[in-house]
Amino acid sequence: MIPAAFDYKVADSAEAAIAMLGEYGDEAKLLAGGHSLIPMMKFRLAAPTVLVDIARIDDLSYIRQENGHLAIGAMTRHTAVEHSDLVKAEAPMLAHVASLVGDPSVRHRGTLGGTLAHSDPASDLPAAVLALGGTIVAQGPNGTREIATADFFTGFFESVLADDEMITEVRIPTGTGGWNYQKFNRRAQDWAIVGVGVADGGKGISLVNMGSTPLRATAAEEALAGGASAAEAAELAAEGASPMEDTNADAAYRTHLAKVLTRRALEAAGVA
Amino acid sequence: MSVNGQSQSHDVEPRTLLVHHIRENVGLTGTNIGCDTSSCGACTVHLDGQSVKSCTVLAVQAEGAAITTIEGLADEARAAGTSTGEQDWHPMQEAFQQCHALQCGYCTPGMVMAATSFLNENASPSEDEVREGLEGNLCRCTGYHNIVKAVLSAAGES
Repeated sequence: MIPAAFDYKVADSAEAAIAMLGEYGDEAKLLAGGHSLIPMMKFRLAAPTVLVDIARIDDLSYIRQENGHLAIGAMTRHTAVEHSDLVKAEAPMLAHVASLVGDPSVRHRGTLGGTLAHSDPASDLPAAVLALGGTIVAQGPNGTREIATADFFTGFFESVLADDEMITEVRIPTGTGGWNYQKFNRRAQDWAIVGVGVADGGKGISLVNMGSTPLRATAAEEALAGGASAAEAAELAAEGASPMEDTNADAAYRTHLAKVLTRRALEAAGVA
Repeated sequence: MSVNGQSQSHDVEPRTLLVHHIRENVGLTGTNIGCDTSSCGACTVHLDGQSVKSCTVLAVQAEGAAITTIEGLADEARAAGTSTGEQDWHPMQEAFQQCHALQCGYCTPGMVMAATSFLNENASPSEDEVREGLEGNLCRCTGYHNIVKAVLSAAGES
């Protein structure tokens, strides 16, 4: 399968990439690792007429410890997050979830900024960043803004990013509070049929593939904060979710999975 | 880009996939196309030393990169002084032969390239780690048992 024809532009800085996005508008797409975008283009589910390659912007690939958080450049590959001693020590859930994405060859290419911008509700890392309470730094023609992950996703493959904005950095609060990630699927390298992330001893609970965006299980979080047990809170995990139906699972089965996986994740995270 | 140590310069359409470029422009057909959807790993090559699925990389993304395909692996091992066996191959190729780690052979180039990249990141893996490390490569003959044995054998030698 071959993508529809497009013009290929290389940006040597974030400013250059944003200028190109401004010039070409919604005809253009940023190309980071390409492991979500290129398959969609091969299926002709996406047909941008301009691709702006940001993979050659060296200063977008880094992992640094800053005041109370890790700052991770948008072009940081999953494999770098997975194997980083700093991430393993300061945000171990993120390193673990990065190691579950696709397969090793996919993780050599895929990027943290790319998976967030792609906003696939079935992806692992957006849900992990959501549970961890991460912040997304987006740069546009008028400077940068910080977006809480909870405010970032707006719909199926959609986010609050404007056509001429790009993610430059992701900030992950550091901490080693109890965490767990449950990815339920039937075959190696598949997307989760349902996934559940628990961060910081249950203060953050997120759901994969339970609606059109990654979701916070707010009712379960509030119940835990109010003194409910893990099993009681897990019963509320799917409150407000509207899971889609596909060949893997209907909505009732996904709802069931969300509750069971939330209980397992909470218990594995040490929440009684 | 360089392919197996040789500098290559071609004009390509931006939408040309790296696997098509390697097979049709560079003329090396050891890299196979299987699923064409980044699931099966038959098209695995090394890009700057790391395994990638070349059906999901544009040739233009690899501009300036060093590509190694199955045809170049033995030479790479010879240059590094790690080649082995009667054929003077890469230890992984030798291990695949010794363990009979192939049936039809279609997945083999991708398996070997993925396995060598995997051992670069985890030099002494457990059997489970080998299976997880090769999760992106499918063998439709289902001959995984000997493939895993070969990778463990190659890990023991290196």
